[in-house]
Amino acid sequence: MELLTHKSISGPEIIALCDPAAFTTSVGWFVNTGARDESPELAGVSHFLEHMVFKGTKRRSAEQVNSELDHLGAQSNAFTSEESTVFHACVLPECQDQAVDLLTDIMRPSLREEDFQTERQVVLEEIAMYDDQPPYGAMERAMELFFGEHSLGRRVLGTTETVSEMTIEQMVQYHKQRYTLDNMILVASGKVDFQRLVEQTESLVGSWRGRSSPRQTHLPKFGISSEIIERQASHQQYTVKIWPGVGCNDPSRYALRLLASVIADESGSRLFWELIDTGLAETAALWPQFFQECGCIVGYLCCAPEDTEENTDIIQRVFQQVIDEGVTQRELDLARNKIVSSLILSDERPSNRLFALGQSWLARKRYDPLDAVLARYAAVTPDELREVAVQTLSPTPTTVQVVHVE
Amino acid sequence: MKQQLNTYRLSNGLVLLGEHMPWLRSAAFTFLVPSGTCYAPPELCGLASLASEMSQRGCGPYDSRQFLEELDFLGVERTSSITTHHTSFSCAMPSSAFERTLELYSHMVRRPHLPEDQLEDARQLGFQDLRALEDEPSHRCFNELKRFRFPQPFGRTAQGTLEGLQSIQIDDVREFCANNLHASDSILAVAGNFKWSEVCEAVERALGDWNGPATKTLPKLEPLSGGRHTDHASNQTHLALAYDCVPYESPDYYKTRALVGILSDGMSSRLFTEVREKRGLVYSVFATCFSLAGKGSVLCYAGTTTNRAEETLHVLLETIHSLGSGVSEDELARLKVRIKSALVMEQESSAARSHQIAVDWFHLGRVPTRAEVLSEIDSLTCEGLLDHFNAHRPNNFALVTVGSQPLELPGGIVDA
Repeated sequence: MELLTHKSISGPEIIALCDPAAFTTSVGWFVNTGARDESPELAGVSHFLEHMVFKGTKRRSAEQVNSELDHLGAQSNAFTSEESTVFHACVLPECQDQAVDLLTDIMRPSLREEDFQTERQVVLEEIAMYDDQPPYGAMERAMELFFGEHSLGRRVLGTTETVSEMTIEQMVQYHKQRYTLDNMILVASGKVDFQRLVEQTESLVGSWRGRSSPRQTHLPKFGISSEIIERQASHQQYTVKIWPGVGCNDPSRYALRLLASVIADESGSRLFWELIDTGLAETAALWPQFFQECGCIVGYLCCAPEDTEENTDIIQRVFQQVIDEGVTQRELDLARNKIVSSLILSDERPSNRLFALGQSWLARKRYDPLDAVLARYAAVTPDELREVAVQTLSPTPTTVQVVHVE
Repeated sequence: MKQQLNTYRLSNGLVLLGEHMPWLRSAAFTFLVPSGTCYAPPELCGLASLASEMSQRGCGPYDSRQFLEELDFLGVERTSSITTHHTSFSCAMPSSAFERTLELYSHMVRRPHLPEDQLEDARQLGFQDLRALEDEPSHRCFNELKRFRFPQPFGRTAQGTLEGLQSIQIDDVREFCANNLHASDSILAVAGNFKWSEVCEAVERALGDWNGPATKTLPKLEPLSGGRHTDHASNQTHLALAYDCVPYESPDYYKTRALVGILSDGMSSRLFTEVREKRGLVYSVFATCFSLAGKGSVLCYAGTTTNRAEETLHVLLETIHSLGSGVSEDELARLKVRIKSALVMEQESSAARSHQIAVDWFHLGRVPTRAEVLSEIDSLTCEGLLDHFNAHRPNNFALVTVGSQPLELPGGIVDA
C-alpha cells in the first residue's frame, strides 16, 4: 500500500492510499466545514447543503446525478458532522474517471429555489424522525449545554425553526464561503490511477475561485448543568452525560479510547459486568469525541426508570475505582486486543480506509499507517489510563435525562 | 479471481461451507443453529432469545467471564441474532484466531452450563430489550407487521412478550437447548483466509460427534392480509406494508428481486424518486424481499409526519403499481450494474460473504457461484420483468402503522 499526495499552487490537496491488488476504488471529497462553522441562525445549513449537493449542477439535473451514481454501480453516500462534510463513492476501478467527474461536478451545485423548498421538507422529516427515536434529542441538548456559546454545541441537523426559516440565498453564500479548494481535499483509496486522478481533478476544478476564512477555534468554557426532557409514552429512562475530553491531536487520545473500552465496552467491560450482564440496564456506553481544539466524553445509560438512580450510583462507583486504583494490565490487554482486531478488520476494505485517511488528513495533515496506529495502542500503559481517567472523569458532567410523563 | 467454494457434510448432518478469500487477513463464520423463535412453545414467547443469552453464560470448562474474556482476548468481533428458524452466531477475526474461536463456540452450543442462578439476570435483560423496542417506533412497526402478517408459530419476534418471558423456568431453557441445539439442520459457513483441509479437521474435532434430535416439522405458512394500528406518541407515522411475491427458493426469484430493486435500490429508484425526491414526503423509504417458510413477501417502509401519512401511503401504492407500466432499459441497466458491483464488493468482506453463503444454503440447499448469479442477472429483460409482474401482481396486502393516528388501506387494494 502506498500513500501518494499532490498539491499544486491553486488546486486542492489530493491524497490516495493506493493498493493495486484491491477490487474497488473509493473516492471522496472531504470538505472542512460542519455545524461548528455555522452562525446560530443558520444552524443546520451544512447538513441541508449536503442534501442540496445532489440536486443538480450546470451540467446535470438532479435526476441525472442520481441516475449516474447508480449507473456506476456506486455505493455512495454523504454525511455531515460538527467539523466536516463528506461525499463519497465506492466503485469498480474502471469507473474511477466517471466517479471523480460526478463527485467533483456536484461540489458546484445549482442550488435552485424549487429544489430547496422540496428538500427542506425531507430535512424536516429527518429531524422529526430523530426526535421520535431514543434518546429523543437528549444527546444534542447535552452538547448544547456542555459547549454553551461555543460553536461545537450547534446541532448538526439544526432545529425545525432554523431549517424552516433558512433561505436559499443564505445557503448560496455559505457554500461560496466554505466549499473552496483550500478548504477541501480529494481522497482516494483502493485501486487508484493516481496520475489520472490528479490530471482529471485539476482540469475539472481549474475555474473554481475563492478562499475560505480559517475556522475560529478557542477553548470552550464547559457547562456542568442538568436538564430534564419530559416525554410522553417512553418506557425506558435515558440519561446522557458529558465530561471534558481531549482534542484530535492530543497524544493521550489512544489512552482515552482504551479507557472507554475498559469501562464500558459492550462486552467484557466493567459496566458490562455490573449493569448489562445483571440485567440492570439495556445500554451503558461511554465514548470519546475528538474535535480540533478540544474533546468530550459522552456517557449514555438506558434502563428502567426505577433503576436509574441506583445504576447512576454504580457507574459513579466504577469511575471512582478507576480514578483511585487504575486498571489492571489484563483489562488493558483485553481492551487493546479488541480495538486492534477491529482496526485490522476495518482496514480490509478500501472504503473504510478512505474515511481513516480523509479524517486523519483533515485533522492533522498526516496519515499514520495501520501498523503505526497499532504501535501507539501497544505503547499505552495502565498508568496512562489512570491519568487520563483522573483528568477526564473527575469533573462534574453535564447531564440530560429523558423522563416519562403521562 | 477464481471463486473457491467448498462443501463438506459431517456424518451428524452439520453442513460446513467454505469460501476461500486468500487476499484477506481475516476469517469469518456464520453459524446457523435451528433454535429460532418458531420452535418454542407458544406460551413461552422469548424463550429462543433467553436460551441464546443463557448459553453464553458459561460453557464447557469456562464460566461466563472466562468465555467472554477469551473471545475478547482473541479479538473476535461477534454478534448473535434470533430469527424465526435460527439462532445465528456471526464472528469475524484475524484468521489466526479462527480455530480457537470455533472451539469456544462449539462448547457454547454443545455444553452450555445454563446456570439457574443467572436466569433472573438474563430475564431482566430480556425485559430491557422489550421496553427499549417499545420506544423505537420504526423497529416496533416491523415487529408488529411480523406478528400480524405471519400466523403462529411464524409471527413471533425475537424479543418475545412480557408474559412469555415471565413464564420461562430454567427447565424450559434446558429443554429448549437440548431439543434445538443440534447438528442436523445446522449450517456453519466460513469465509476468508484459511486452509480448507484444516477447517474441515477443526470442525470434525469440535463438532463431529455433536448429535441430538431432529428438527421439528413446521405447519404450512399462509401470510395474512389486512391492517393494524398501534398508538404511539410520535411526530411521525411509521408505515410497514407487505404484499406477496415469489420466495427465495423460486427459479423466478431474481425477477422479483429485480422488481424490488427497481423500486428501491439506489438514489434513482422509483420509491426514492417519487416519495422523497419529487415530493419531500419522507427521509426514509425502502422496499426489500423477505422469505419465510417458502413464502415470499415484499416489505416496504416509510416514515412521515402524521398529516402527510395518507398521501405517503397513496404514493407508495401508486409507485408499486407503476411497475405494471413496465421497466425501462435504462432502469434495468442501472440495476444490473449495481448488483454486479455489489458482488465484486462482497469479496472485500469475509463477514458479508459468510453470511450470504449461509443464507443461500438454508434456502436453496446449495450456494450459487458468482458466475451463476451474474448469468441470471444478465438474462433479465424488461419484457421478462413485466411478464413476471403481471403473473404475480401485488396482492394480499398487509399494512401496519405506528403513530398517533391510524391509517387504512384504500378500498379494494387488499384484493387487487
